[in-house]
Amino acid sequence: METIKLTIDNKPVEVPKGTSILHAAKGAGIHIPTLCFFKLGDMPIENRPGGCRVCVVEVQGRRNLAPACVTDVTEGMVVKTHTIRALNARKTVLELILSDHPTDCLVCAKSGNCELQTLAQDMGIRKLHYEGEQSHYREDTSPAIIRDMDKCVRCRRCEMMCNDVQTVGVLSGINRGFMSVVSPAFEMNLDHSVCTYCGQCVAVCPTGALTEVDHTNAVIRALADPSKTVVVQTAPAVRAALGEEFGLKPGTLVTGKMVAALRQLGFDYVFDTDFAADLTIMEEGTELLNRLTQFLAGDKTKLPILTSCCPAWVKFFEHQFPEMMDIPSTAKSPQQMFGPIAKEYFAKKIGVERKDMVVVSIMPCLAKKYECSRDEFSHNGSPDVDYSISTRELANLIKQANLEFDALADEDFDKPLGESTGASVIFGTTGGVIEAAVRTAYELHTGNKLPKVDFEELRGLAGIRSATIDFGGLPINIGIAHGLGNARKLLEDIREGKSTFHAIEIMACPGGCIGGGGQPLHHGDFSILKARQEALYREDAGKPIRKSHENPFIIELYKEFLGKPLKLIYINPSHPEE
Amino acid sequence: MSSIKVELKQCEIDKIKEICQSFNNEPGELINVLHKAQGHFGYLPAEVQEEIALELKISVAKVYGVVTFYSFFTMLPKGLHPISICTGTACYVRGAEKVLDEFKRILNIQVGDTTKDGRFSLSCLRCVGACGLAPVVMIGEKVYGRVSPDGVKDILNEYS
Repeated sequence: METIKLTIDNKPVEVPKGTSILHAAKGAGIHIPTLCFFKLGDMPIENRPGGCRVCVVEVQGRRNLAPACVTDVTEGMVVKTHTIRALNARKTVLELILSDHPTDCLVCAKSGNCELQTLAQDMGIRKLHYEGEQSHYREDTSPAIIRDMDKCVRCRRCEMMCNDVQTVGVLSGINRGFMSVVSPAFEMNLDHSVCTYCGQCVAVCPTGALTEVDHTNAVIRALADPSKTVVVQTAPAVRAALGEEFGLKPGTLVTGKMVAALRQLGFDYVFDTDFAADLTIMEEGTELLNRLTQFLAGDKTKLPILTSCCPAWVKFFEHQFPEMMDIPSTAKSPQQMFGPIAKEYFAKKIGVERKDMVVVSIMPCLAKKYECSRDEFSHNGSPDVDYSISTRELANLIKQANLEFDALADEDFDKPLGESTGASVIFGTTGGVIEAAVRTAYELHTGNKLPKVDFEELRGLAGIRSATIDFGGLPINIGIAHGLGNARKLLEDIREGKSTFHAIEIMACPGGCIGGGGQPLHHGDFSILKARQEALYREDAGKPIRKSHENPFIIELYKEFLGKPLKLIYINPSHPEE
Repeated sequence: MSSIKVELKQCEIDKIKEICQSFNNEPGELINVLHKAQGHFGYLPAEVQEEIALELKISVAKVYGVVTFYSFFTMLPKGLHPISICTGTACYVRGAEKVLDEFKRILNIQVGDTTKDGRFSLSCLRCVGACGLAPVVMIGEKVYGRVSPDGVKDILNEYS
């Protein structure tokens, strides 16, 4: 590989040809501030429109300052990253950006987590020298995401996520000059568009322009109402990331502290979505086996089966592949399986009327907010899940209640909807749902005990993965995709008849739920995702029961209430007729 | 950008397909496709943009982004006689704004609008390369030079 030698801040640096000054500096341990620039882990996609000009540096012999993110290094280049000229230019640029930005930081949802605020702080901006017109746009509220474009800095990171990573194509830069902004086509509202609510735009927005719909106040009101029995369910990926909001190292498992905190917040029953994930596996695994049997009998249309627990993914194929609606599993997501089990089964068990029970879910996800608002998930106007709040919102609730999170003693989930297996814990990461399904489907299909519960071949963070699992002489081809752009590739193969997979797991967010739109912001650092992923596999390995069909309460639930899998109300929204 | 709603007829959809195919349905030809489509329809309503997005296999948001970026593209039908007033530097310093104001006053419309009878629409552009004739006004393909506010009425009378 051809390399380039240069000096940055008097430090000799050697990097491959085609490297930007920004990356070369980073490799040499020199930090250049950025705003619009964004790199998502080791994915080959970078957002570097070179628009904000915050990363300008001085290059010897060059008349003007160079934007470090879009300027490639050249042989013998002499770069100075913090000359007075560069610092002053950065300050001016930032002040100009701030001159068209609301200064309501004190009450902004992003306060404390805003990259623009951090830059202003780091650069010591204490006065805004430029005053002028400010751009105003209509606020757009959807079931999951709020767009307040007055706070948009036109970095276009959201556009990159929506188009290049997720291939959803809702957002685009529109208009020009002072009027330019990122928007859906024809400035329509998000809920009129094909937005999947995956929330990846929110996850990368540097400011408060894109935020989640905040339900924390509604939850506080429910908790304060003595006539309500408030039940909470927590998704698997939350326990592996919540600690980050309290300064704990990424990958710290805080399951016990989270349960303790929820109890202190006043939830009457602290349950686990993992329980419903085990239920999902029973339904989805049974369906896989049924369809596999039909496929082996010659019915070619029945495979592959696609997982259906990710609501953003469900919405994606509803919009983008409507002609293929018979492919995904008919199973509802764990969140939506939990709802009716709590309100129809558990409520009766404890003698509470449906109307007096409030079900709250803690999710790493923003699409879950939209999912629980879907009409088919309510009964006579009463939703199965009343409020879905994100990991970030839960952290906020805990802070509001002045709980010293780190000092809480571990507590256990309540019974019975808190009983779960290792299989359900790994639902939170890409590859986890299909591994859980394989553990159960293998044993149900072969009648034999699995020699080894861990399927290393299904794990990892590569965008598209595949493996063949031997089901007692029957080779089952498994596909895995995370990130909707990757999912699209697998779906197009299916449409063209090129797919050889029997079962495919899809998660909308890069990394799966561990990288969900409602998680603590990872700023593109995939080592954080990796740490969260490892944490989930750790929790799985430490569980006494690691296969969904062995969950004693699941067995009891089928006996007592559900009957056989695939018999009941647990139907995916895309299959209302079934 | 303000717009109007239309329903495309099959022959219009076919025309859009034909235009896209003449550029091999290449997403990189979007600007040319839009140019040609506007030439045919006179403007680019949302429905035309949606059809183009479908044909070129790009998101309609991208198409809309391009339509709103270039001032040449419009989502409103232009008048029978589109009036363009140059507000480039040379024309501006020689009084283009006063000429523009006179057009606005007589036609009783704003820049970007079309008269109710559909006869005239008003837009501004930056330089037609005839700075020696500043201020310059174009109506359709015809160029008027050294236009004064007093002359606006006479020009419009040519089209009545």
